[in-house]
Amino acid sequence: MATQAEHSSTNRRDFLYVATGAVGAVGAAAVVWPLINQLNPDASTLALASIEFDVGAIPEGQSVTITWRGLPVFVRHRTEAEVAEARSVDLSELKDPQTDAARVKEGHEQWLVMIANCTHLGCIPVGEAGEFDGWFCPCHGSHYDTSGRIRRGPAPANLVVPPYEFVSDTLIQIG
Amino acid sequence: MSEHSTYTPGSAVEKWLDDRLPIIRFSKEHLMDFPTPKNLNYWWTFGAILVMCLGIQIVTGIILAMHYTPNVAMAFDSVEHIRRDVNGGRIIQAVHAVGASMFFVALYIHMFRGLYYGSYKAPREIIWILGVLIFILTVATAFMGYILPWGQMSFWGATVISNIFSAIPVVGENIKQLVLGGFAVGNPTLNRFFSLHYLLPFVIAAIVGLHIWALHVPGNNNPIGVEVKESRDTVAFHPYYTMKDMFAMVVFLIPFAWFVFFAPDILGHPDNYIMANSQVTPAHIVPEWYLLPFYTILRAIDFNVLFIDSKLGGVIAMGGALVMLLVVPWLDTSKVRSGTFRPLFKWFYWLFAINFVALTYLGAQPAEGIYTVLAKVCTAYYFIYFLVVLPVLSRIETPKPLPTSISESVLGKAHA
Amino acid sequence: MIGAIDMFKTKFIIAAVAAMVGLTTVSAQAAEAGAPIERQNWSFAGIFGTYDEHQLQRGFQVFREVCASCHSADLMAFRNLSEPGGPGFSEAQVKALAAEYEVEDATAEGGRRPAIPADRWPSPFANDQEARDANGGSLPPDFSVLAKARGVTDPFPTWVFNYFTGYQEGGADYIYALLNGYHEAPEGFELAPGQYYNEYFPGNAIGMAPPLADGSVTYVPGEDGVGVPETVEQYSADVSAFMMWMAEPHLVSRKQTGFVVLLFLVLFAGLMYATKRKLWAGIEH
Repeated sequence: MATQAEHSSTNRRDFLYVATGAVGAVGAAAVVWPLINQLNPDASTLALASIEFDVGAIPEGQSVTITWRGLPVFVRHRTEAEVAEARSVDLSELKDPQTDAARVKEGHEQWLVMIANCTHLGCIPVGEAGEFDGWFCPCHGSHYDTSGRIRRGPAPANLVVPPYEFVSDTLIQIG
Repeated sequence: MSEHSTYTPGSAVEKWLDDRLPIIRFSKEHLMDFPTPKNLNYWWTFGAILVMCLGIQIVTGIILAMHYTPNVAMAFDSVEHIRRDVNGGRIIQAVHAVGASMFFVALYIHMFRGLYYGSYKAPREIIWILGVLIFILTVATAFMGYILPWGQMSFWGATVISNIFSAIPVVGENIKQLVLGGFAVGNPTLNRFFSLHYLLPFVIAAIVGLHIWALHVPGNNNPIGVEVKESRDTVAFHPYYTMKDMFAMVVFLIPFAWFVFFAPDILGHPDNYIMANSQVTPAHIVPEWYLLPFYTILRAIDFNVLFIDSKLGGVIAMGGALVMLLVVPWLDTSKVRSGTFRPLFKWFYWLFAINFVALTYLGAQPAEGIYTVLAKVCTAYYFIYFLVVLPVLSRIETPKPLPTSISESVLGKAHA
Repeated sequence: MIGAIDMFKTKFIIAAVAAMVGLTTVSAQAAEAGAPIERQNWSFAGIFGTYDEHQLQRGFQVFREVCASCHSADLMAFRNLSEPGGPGFSEAQVKALAAEYEVEDATAEGGRRPAIPADRWPSPFANDQEARDANGGSLPPDFSVLAKARGVTDPFPTWVFNYFTGYQEGGADYIYALLNGYHEAPEGFELAPGQYYNEYFPGNAIGMAPPLADGSVTYVPGEDGVGVPETVEQYSADVSAFMMWMAEPHLVSRKQTGFVVLLFLVLFAGLMYATKRKLWAGIEH
């Protein structure tokens, strides 16, 4: 049977060992985190995570492709006919039902901004082509309409609309 | 050293593993239960500190390589990109750069410890030789690493050192071109140095494995140099020396962190913040501090010896200074290992240590006036120590009486 | 007795190693330097050093209005000016500032477009040769890391102390001294055309005309209405500080992290020592 003195000295020792181990573990964690965090996008990449683009120069019926976060982005100035066509579609016909209004900004319905990668396997679709007057992906034959919604072919979803907003009448900020 | 294993597999799974890959048995024998002399002092912790240094350099180095671009047009900017934009990059880069210096601090202490306590003597010659190989490879790795930031010192350091190869008679110029991949230091040089700088640390790690393997055959030397005689001379490596080594590592990290966080550039050279320019040589070229002793020896030979011109002579002297280390075990034939019991040896040893510091100092001075004379004197003593002092002392010196065992010496100290 | 000798050896070895580590700097700056450089009181020196936002803003103004017409700063991005630990401009200010400049962009119409915060500071010259031609044959060095590419010469034993004080402000001291070092050349000193005498420039003949004069930059008075003196001394202190920040933009966070790390290591070392003592308590060694 251990005496009281032995007991308390054992306790003191155990406490010391646990405290040292705990402090060491905190130190190790503090070292590991920056070693992982360095893998995250760096400051120069983050600085370009949000870009501004002036859509004013795009004539009606034309589109441009810009780069955002390393991805191609279509900015299309749609004609009235295209907008009308997109709005007239019955949602029940769609594979990935979504209204045209949900894909554009209110008051700027003529502007369509989408990430230009086919939702199938990432090819860039060809504009003003396909059976629905929108985009056609030559890789595996996906057809998109004038709102960039998938209508036929293997792609599972509509072309993705990135987060963006109009900061003025013609200036959009993507990201 | 370790006789029969004390390991008995605790479960069926451990037993199954032990029959196929006895890795737990191995770890227990070599990392935990390994009998280690109980009188090792803190100079013995530098082996563990060096393992830590190598680990730090490899981890930070792999990270830096993720962000670095080995191209003459982009290397300088990519290092600045690391310092400026990469998350925590300023600190990771500083750890790697300061880490090189700290590595050599520990390396030199480790070597001088071996020289003082006669750790190179039979039956530990192979341990020592492997250690010298590690040292030479580390020098090469550090040198190539210094080229990568592609500053002025990087470029001119590479130029000066690669010209060493051209000292070799007949084929020198060809070897130099082979090493550089061109007629002067350029993009091919930077690329291959980057590749080798990445490779060599793993070679070093492998040789460290052999170094420790060789160490575990006779076991550690110790401050009195008397071999372990019985089990009460030793303690288990774990937890006694793991704890002591880890404590020493943390203490070592204090000056390390001081430089990293408060003076990351003080060990470097301002000229390396100027991008490499083959048209302009900096006013005063110096290698990193840890190469200075050997640089002094290289420069000290500024005269022709018979048919050997001064350039080749310098290269031979510098190479000889390293080769000298390889043969120390056969130059010092004294039966007594530890310098503690060698009254005459001590004086010459400490003179050698001061001389080595002096060689370092002289390497940073301009090669003129009194400095060239001192460089010659110090270089001469470096060689005399190995070639004359050690062999002669082995014959004429009367050592002090040795304790009969580690336990006796330890008890004597405790009662004194 | 043995203990004392051991102690002596330990100290000796520590001193020897410290001396060896220290040797580089001497050499580093021992070459043919100009006059000795005086140390200034920088807010960013020492363990707790931080940049003075107002000083950096003034320094930026001097840089922009005076230096930037000849000197590039390729590694500085506009966005850096609003990052923490720097001059502390707002993001909106930086955006407006960037828009005043044009940068090259191969994808833009005409190859040029207004700058955005992510762009780097545009160079005043298209290439080095153009810069030389416009400056009488001398190349104005890039400013990005210039404050770290210059040092000062410290005699023994000062350079040893530098390791313990962490003296890293040699570049700023040098730049300050240089900007204040223009004089009439002493009698007998030959200056080539287009060269100026500077006390602190190595070789004393510098290709840069004195860039600053009292009153040449108009500072905006601070909120308290007290103006900062518009003198060469003040301008050069401000621009030196700004250049130090440009070369070492993360200095403040680095030192703050370092303080915590050192505190942790000392505490941890203490605990480790106690644990080691406890563990070894029963063993004669």
